[in-house]
Amino acid sequence: MQVEAFRFEVDADGVATATFDVPGRSMNTLTARAVADLGAIAKEVASNPAIKGLVITSGKSSGFCAGADLGELGGGGSAGEGAGGDPEARLRAAFNGAYALNGILRALETCGKPVAAAVNGLALGGGLEVVLACHYRLAANDNPRLQLGLPEAKVGLMPGGGGTQRLPRIMGAQAAAPFLLQGESMTPDQARSSGVIHELAPAAELTARAKAWVLANPSAKAPWDDPKFKLPGGTPNSQTGSQVFTFGSAMLAKQTWGNYPAQKHILSAVYEGLCVPMDAALRIESRYFVKTLSTPEAKGMIRSLFLSMQELGKGASRPGGYPTYDVRKAVVIGAGLMGAGIAYVQAKAGIETVLIDTTEEAAEKGKAYSRRIVEKDVSRGKMSKEKGEALLALIRPTADYSLAAGADIVVEAVFENPAIKAEVTAKVEAVIGAGAVMGSNTSTLPITGLAGASVRPENFIGIHFFSPVERMGLVEIIRGEKTSEETLAKTMDYVLKIRKTPIAVNDFRGFYTSRVFGTYPTEGLTMVAEGIAPAIVENVGRMSGMPMGPLEVSDSVGIDTMLKIGRESAKVTARSYEQDPVGDLVAWIAEAQGRVGRKAGKGFYDYNEQGKPSRLYPDIGRKVPVKVAECPPEMKAELVRRFLFRQCVEVARCFEEGVITDARDADVGSILAWGFAPYSGGVCSYMDLKIGIPTFVAECDRMAELYGERFRPNALLRDMAAKGETFYSRFGPKAAKAAA
Amino acid sequence: MAEAYIYDAVRTPRGKGKSNGALHEVTSLQLATQVLKALRDRNQLDTSKVDDVILGCVTPVAEQGSDIARIAVLNADYAETTAGVQVDRFCASGLEACNIAAAKVMTGEADMAIGGGVEAMSRVPMGSNGGAWASNPEIAMKSYFAPQGIGADLIATKYGFSRDDVDAYAVESQRRAARAWKEGRFSRSVVPVRDQLGLTLLAQDETVRGDTTMQTLAALSPSFEGMGGMAFDDVVKQRYPEVERVNHVHHAGNSSGIVDGASGVLIGSREAGEALGLKPRARIKGFASIGSEPSIMLTGPSLVTEKLLRKLGMEAGDIDLYELNEAFASVVLRMMQALDIPHEKMNVNGGAIAMGHPLGATGGMILGTVLDELERSDKETALAVLCVGAGMGTATVIERV
Repeated sequence: MQVEAFRFEVDADGVATATFDVPGRSMNTLTARAVADLGAIAKEVASNPAIKGLVITSGKSSGFCAGADLGELGGGGSAGEGAGGDPEARLRAAFNGAYALNGILRALETCGKPVAAAVNGLALGGGLEVVLACHYRLAANDNPRLQLGLPEAKVGLMPGGGGTQRLPRIMGAQAAAPFLLQGESMTPDQARSSGVIHELAPAAELTARAKAWVLANPSAKAPWDDPKFKLPGGTPNSQTGSQVFTFGSAMLAKQTWGNYPAQKHILSAVYEGLCVPMDAALRIESRYFVKTLSTPEAKGMIRSLFLSMQELGKGASRPGGYPTYDVRKAVVIGAGLMGAGIAYVQAKAGIETVLIDTTEEAAEKGKAYSRRIVEKDVSRGKMSKEKGEALLALIRPTADYSLAAGADIVVEAVFENPAIKAEVTAKVEAVIGAGAVMGSNTSTLPITGLAGASVRPENFIGIHFFSPVERMGLVEIIRGEKTSEETLAKTMDYVLKIRKTPIAVNDFRGFYTSRVFGTYPTEGLTMVAEGIAPAIVENVGRMSGMPMGPLEVSDSVGIDTMLKIGRESAKVTARSYEQDPVGDLVAWIAEAQGRVGRKAGKGFYDYNEQGKPSRLYPDIGRKVPVKVAECPPEMKAELVRRFLFRQCVEVARCFEEGVITDARDADVGSILAWGFAPYSGGVCSYMDLKIGIPTFVAECDRMAELYGERFRPNALLRDMAAKGETFYSRFGPKAAKAAA
Repeated sequence: MAEAYIYDAVRTPRGKGKSNGALHEVTSLQLATQVLKALRDRNQLDTSKVDDVILGCVTPVAEQGSDIARIAVLNADYAETTAGVQVDRFCASGLEACNIAAAKVMTGEADMAIGGGVEAMSRVPMGSNGGAWASNPEIAMKSYFAPQGIGADLIATKYGFSRDDVDAYAVESQRRAARAWKEGRFSRSVVPVRDQLGLTLLAQDETVRGDTTMQTLAALSPSFEGMGGMAFDDVVKQRYPEVERVNHVHHAGNSSGIVDGASGVLIGSREAGEALGLKPRARIKGFASIGSEPSIMLTGPSLVTEKLLRKLGMEAGDIDLYELNEAFASVVLRMMQALDIPHEKMNVNGGAIAMGHPLGATGGMILGTVLDELERSDKETALAVLCVGAGMGTATVIERV
């Protein structure tokens, strides 16, 4: 027998060991080759009378197996391609492909000989599914990094190796739900008490104990193959079981607004699968797996949330040719909310941080922000006291600019006021070295303009953090006109060091994220100004997949801020902002009603003492009488299009103007920065996969006629539609490589 | 096409649907049997002339399973040739059974048939027959399933009925039911339930509380707030995004009660009636069912009424008396609002809020109740209608002859 991803040997007692060890990889994944090998092993174990049983373990210190190879899955498009033009044959081939692993694991499970898994480290997704198919499951109790879970749903996929069937048969559907639907992972102790793992032992002893179990249990079968098997929690048709699925469906609808096909398919696979014996159940799972894989959501989510995140996290858009810039000392100027957060993430990454404000007292206040987080983490046992103290010791609050000497990078996070920014730039540049990066944290001010105050504009760059800094994973890096490639490379290294995902954009008012995101609350306000009931606008906004309704967003941004920005932009058009119905509404609520948003406890919403919205301001109707008070499904779909298409058409403009150049940056940025409908895989994937460019263009033209020119597709979109291009074919990594 | 006439209508009194209810110790079979026997005995019916017995039953499992209608026919000593069939259109099953009986007569399939229903809710709990809608994620999510009470609260929210509105309706329902009992308005239809010795177990509806006031109802807390907050409010909002917040106004005091009971309506052609020496009490003028939006679930009554009236060339004002099952107060308030029906014409002797709603039996009960009232108040035309699970409505129009 020829295997490559495993080492296979049979010992003197007749116990076979399959050691999972994909050559040339630091971590095992279930590549096509590994699955084929597993098939060969299953056949050998079943048919060779000299073999008494099997132990499956891993040869990697990194763990057991991280699951399916998403590169293979995501890159290959939907399974079954290449089976010719007959749709039925294609589907059958897709099903057969998806069922392969299920068939192999089921053969192993029913081969009559005992099979044990010795799990030395993390086993996720398909990795855990291999384990679950084994009769006896051991895991290490001395590996703190051991995680067990089925995270498929997080990237729009579903478990396809029996996980949706075996996990609920082990622990019951209700207990299995968070692991299947939210992709939560479990600790070895949780796994032991729920029956996912039978025995915990030190990693070094696992294989020996597994072998001992195999020898002691010459014939083994899974509990669900016993005719007397009782499903924990009852079958879906029992009184208790049906309750679980009734509430399960409702909870899922509440959590996802029905936007995530993977979760729906998982729940259906569990429901339908638990009604029938395992062989039929696995076929049901494989069908839903194929169905899920062919959705635009799965394709977009795998690409953006897994592959692109990984690539960008390794600095995919970093210019090559410069050595890694190791930031050891960094300066943050401005100890407000943003500066304090930046100081914290720097210190957490081990960077010596000088936190400067106008007074030492103000700077101390900024450091207190870190102290609060650390104290919370220590009290919850998430961080040791020593580590917490070491972290805090790295932050030096001061009003003294001379302490900035020797810094590798400066991030100023003072007020969004060019004059103040110019002043601190001059002050700090007088102290720092010629090679240090001068970064400005701004969400809207053009970098080229700010760089005018710099003596070294080639070192000057925009570093746009998002609030709250410690929780938001993205940093938008903005190249000014004179910013050098080297500065960009250094800044990327800094962002990677503080463990954020960097995207690179070019200088333009609002850059990429603020500019596109701003269209969302504005579209919502436009709807309200048209007379659509505010509740409809809010609910549909959230149901479109956005994290908040547009009015709640407006309240969070601050309606006074919106009014100020609106009035400033209106100056350019020489038209009063209040002539715009949105401007009129914004001015009315902020000024006439004195409701400026969340910070004031009242805006479009009333807020309770916890700062949570309690109800919509009932008097909005006095300003704009409600003309549309009902929202049937067709209208809901149209409003969803308005919310999402409006953002996407702005993205297309950003590409045309060169604000952004890589579809991965655009997609990942849209999800991480402002939570654009994550099920879509981001703005570009939404246009490419969910809608299709020609349809998108036609729909935007239609909407431009109905709602205004802001929806009109630009020349780029029309060109792409005509040429049959997508954002990924034109602005994807391959296109970028070809251009370079 | 033949005409279908109602010759008689009987019902059991309704017993509290709990283990301490008066009818809890009576089998479903006995409830149905006693109704069938009463119809036979009151009319000296030659049961060999009854072609079919159609009984609504919403929870047809356990003792109510496997075609309770035919089994009751056998137990009531009807002619062996009388067939029996059980039907389920959720809460309208009993009226649907009458409509099917009428349709059989009209097409000539049957000369004489019985429609009605049986439900011993204390013995076979509601929901114990399962079903795909609530629990199969495929359809539950697609159709925004939520329990009926959430739909009732959603109707109140969407159509502007406050807690006071629904409570006031409930108080009036109790008052009307108590008055009707006091004045003997149900005496023609109600046949007491007897035990195996022949002793009377229950002669009156058990749950009527004529002394109900706004104050007593105010003490009750909303029944569906918990499950709504857990998930279902957000489920129905997906179908009704105009709803900012579901106003949970329904509770045990303004919703239909869980009870045990059975009903039967004798329906036949004029010729068959004449041959048996029976006098028709009313003509069945028409009937209809309709599907409506399932998530809010309970808006079918006005829609099916409009459909039926259109078919019959009638208007809402042409109906003298309306009898709409009081599943929840908001359902009735909504129908009165939608069709501009004065309260004086609606459920004049109270309804299920006071007397209970034995699911499969109710349709036959309210048809009999409104016929009795037509005769008592000497009016001509009545419409009986029920809201139905999964978004439906079923209605029947009768006129006195």
